[in-house]
Amino acid sequence: MSTAHIELTDVMEHDDHGHHEQSFISKYIFSTDHKTIAKQFLISGIVWALIGGILSFIFRLQLGFPNMDMAWLRPFLGEWINIDAATGIGKLDTEFYLALVTMHGTIMVFFVLTAGLSGTFSNFLIPLQIGARDMASGFMNMLSYWFFFTSSVIMFSSMFISTGPASGGWVIYPPLSALPQAISGSGLGMTLWLVAMALFIVSTLLGGINYIATVINMRTDGMSFSKLPLTIWAFFLTAILGLLSFPVLLSAALLLILDRSFGTSFYLSEIYIGGEALPNMGGSPVLFQHLFWFLGHPEVYIVLLPSLGITSEIISTNSRKPIFGYRAMIGSMLGIAFLSFIVWAHHMFVSGMNPFVGSIFVLLTLIIAVPSAIKAFNYITTLWKGNIVFTPAMLFSIGLVSFFIAGGITGIFLGNAALDIQLHDTYFVVAHFHLVMGSAAFFGMVAGVYHWFPKMFGRMMDRKLGYIHFWVSFIGIYSVFFPMHYIGIAGFPRRYYSFTNFDAFSTFADLNAFITISAGVTFLAQLVFVFNFFYSIYKGKKATPNPWKSNTLEWTTPINPGHGNWPGAIPKVYRWPYDYSKPGAKDDFIPQTVPYSETPESNLPHEQELAEKEKKGDTGIKVE
Amino acid sequence: MQTLLLGISVVLVLVILFMIFKLTTLIGVAKGSKTDVDAGSNKVNASLMLIFLIVSGIITLWFSYSWFGDYHLPVASDHGVITDKLFWITMGITGVAFVLTQILLFYFAFRYSYKKNSTATYYPDNHKLELVWTLVPAVVLTVLILYGLKVWNNITSPAPQEAEVIEVMGAQFAWRVRYPGEDNKLGRYDYRKIDASNAFGMDLSDKNSLDDFVPRELHLPKGKPVLLKIRARDVLHSVFLPHFRLKMDAVPGMPTQFWFVPSKSTEDMRKETGNPDFNYELACTEICGKGHFSMRMLVVVDEPADYEAWKKEQKTWLSLNPEYMSQVPEELKEVAMISSGIETSESKDSSL
Repeated sequence: MSTAHIELTDVMEHDDHGHHEQSFISKYIFSTDHKTIAKQFLISGIVWALIGGILSFIFRLQLGFPNMDMAWLRPFLGEWINIDAATGIGKLDTEFYLALVTMHGTIMVFFVLTAGLSGTFSNFLIPLQIGARDMASGFMNMLSYWFFFTSSVIMFSSMFISTGPASGGWVIYPPLSALPQAISGSGLGMTLWLVAMALFIVSTLLGGINYIATVINMRTDGMSFSKLPLTIWAFFLTAILGLLSFPVLLSAALLLILDRSFGTSFYLSEIYIGGEALPNMGGSPVLFQHLFWFLGHPEVYIVLLPSLGITSEIISTNSRKPIFGYRAMIGSMLGIAFLSFIVWAHHMFVSGMNPFVGSIFVLLTLIIAVPSAIKAFNYITTLWKGNIVFTPAMLFSIGLVSFFIAGGITGIFLGNAALDIQLHDTYFVVAHFHLVMGSAAFFGMVAGVYHWFPKMFGRMMDRKLGYIHFWVSFIGIYSVFFPMHYIGIAGFPRRYYSFTNFDAFSTFADLNAFITISAGVTFLAQLVFVFNFFYSIYKGKKATPNPWKSNTLEWTTPINPGHGNWPGAIPKVYRWPYDYSKPGAKDDFIPQTVPYSETPESNLPHEQELAEKEKKGDTGIKVE
Repeated sequence: MQTLLLGISVVLVLVILFMIFKLTTLIGVAKGSKTDVDAGSNKVNASLMLIFLIVSGIITLWFSYSWFGDYHLPVASDHGVITDKLFWITMGITGVAFVLTQILLFYFAFRYSYKKNSTATYYPDNHKLELVWTLVPAVVLTVLILYGLKVWNNITSPAPQEAEVIEVMGAQFAWRVRYPGEDNKLGRYDYRKIDASNAFGMDLSDKNSLDDFVPRELHLPKGKPVLLKIRARDVLHSVFLPHFRLKMDAVPGMPTQFWFVPSKSTEDMRKETGNPDFNYELACTEICGKGHFSMRMLVVVDEPADYEAWKKEQKTWLSLNPEYMSQVPEELKEVAMISSGIETSESKDSSL
């Protein structure tokens, strides 16, 4: 009874809020509403994804058509296209090629698949799905976005300076990243990269603390951890991973800043470059790699887990079946989250690290394949004997599972040090992580947009454009990355501007051209999505309150939820979120807000007991 | 191949055109309001799932089979034969898992697509099933781990005493190699002694440096263990000998190493591949700057006798750079003369 009372006062407060006249700035720019912040992250993420995609297409042109005249890109890239004085043929600058590769990686991993993904869906879904009015701290949440925005501006501006942006690969291994003599991108470009990333980390931490605090403290009545949707579990664990690992990247970056600008020797030792011997002695470049990958590996799961959570939700809803093995899904996510902290050195088998350490990491790395395998099997079993509705979100989720398997399996090769000797830093690795973390996470993000678009904007995205988007992207992405396995097995090293210098890598010119064409087509398909997205915000079909007939709490809010999410009391939760197609039930879904006492026809024996308790306990619990 | 690619690209372009064509009509459709499942397009998607599975499966099989010679590099080292075997065993096991799971995924998607009067089966868990698919991957992975670790430990075990020691140094943007000369000992180096000629920073006060030689190609003896001592002069590089299944980073300030046994001479390989111009190559696989993609060194594997003969022919670095004699301490000058084979009037004087 007392809870109901508190909720009522809560309601009144929020009703008050609702009537405030909000200025444009406080409503859309410096908003503290989690839904607005989520949209800010989403739209920033889409913009970044387009930029990252264009960058990759430029270097793909170079790889697919190495003899192409790129003079036509000069209006955009200026001096980065070198015009041959004799022939007039334009060539991409070799250093700028590396800059493109570096920025593509940085943008996609951090700005799109970390901020764009977690920022959007953790913000949007955590309060809505756990039954909270907003995040624990709306102000910190707003700061989180604006730190990200500032970071974005700095990273973006680094692409327009004369020495070029950071070019040492997204992993920014020193000494290359520490010495402007080694590559011009390690001058101002690298400084801006480090500043941008420092701000980015601040943003991530502000967001992460908020997500964790909100999930722990602000769940509505009845929403125990064992009733949380898998999305929330995924976001929660992701935030914890970020909170524990990003500070390590910050310290790695800090030491790099000290080495670059203050004469320290954390990573530098015995270097002779540009005709002079540097004074630095005793540092270790391998130290940086340890620190970087201590973030870098959890980062893979920071990118992937939210997508897996989103997919779990979407696959269950659209199969009209409970997710198979709910507890096993949580268990495997916990396992993955824990193990992700103790596998980092598998990126370093041939870094010169002690081979014994390598063998420990082989062991730990291959263990992580077990929870991943469980997840894949559970997804597939969820489809089995379902009644599958192919919404665009569902298609992208199935695509994610396919990528997750395809890319996960090659991890078993790379995690085995003896095999990694040959495969390390070849296109096999490129294929592996683009499928398992790049494309899989990207598909999860897109699936999430299609699925929750009605909740975000009160309108539906066009379904058929979504189908076209899916099939072209799905086939396109496989066409881009599957062939790379062969190229990688053949030993082609990554980050090569061209392969013509080597006899061993002179084959597969056709395949590389094919990959580039596929990449172009895939990119164009994303424009269909962008069109669909923005068009539907204004002109999309009006959404119904629960268009996918889903069980989770967000669909109990009004079509366009206002500040505070629920106009009345926050609904109470009675059951887990996956009661789909329950035998005996009159509908094929039972929302979390329906008490067991109202569904005697479908209750399982232990649920019937709960229903009795509900009846005996307090009948007035539900505030309508 | 060209035509096939062209064909595929044409198809893809057609898809785009179709997309653009549809765009205008579909916007109209978007405004219609249907709340229930559109059984028609659901069926189309279900069928596409199956078609994708079959077509992509056929393309993958066909490509893997007919391009095998292109993507499978012939192997030329003892340990490479073993890692290749592990690779193909892993490919076999994971390949089966991959094919099975993909078939199930797409087949289920097709088979259990929405039907108006059908309901899904409420099937939230099955502990036995879950136990099985936890244990099976765990056991299979354990086998792969143990096999892999055994191979890894053998490869990274200390090099045999009699191994040929060769130093490989990466610098922007070329590889350099140094051989220990007749004494079979590489001389000390100090990066502060590096200059335009003394690229290795050889310390000529060390007796072992005096007979070291620095050829333009990496020569290796067939059938003998070779220990590569690897270092970098400026930024990270990585020694990659694709045919020998060998890779190890070159790290400034932290020497690394890798030992192996080349099993086929360059001539053997020319016969095996039927390519009279075949050459082994050394590549860089750690991003190191604008010339990363061009850090190539020619590698020659000789029959042991030819290798010894080749070594005999090589002139010591000191004899090619006699001006560095001034860095040799007085007491070593005589040794330097003899081991480097320099005959100057000065040397005759001092030997008197």
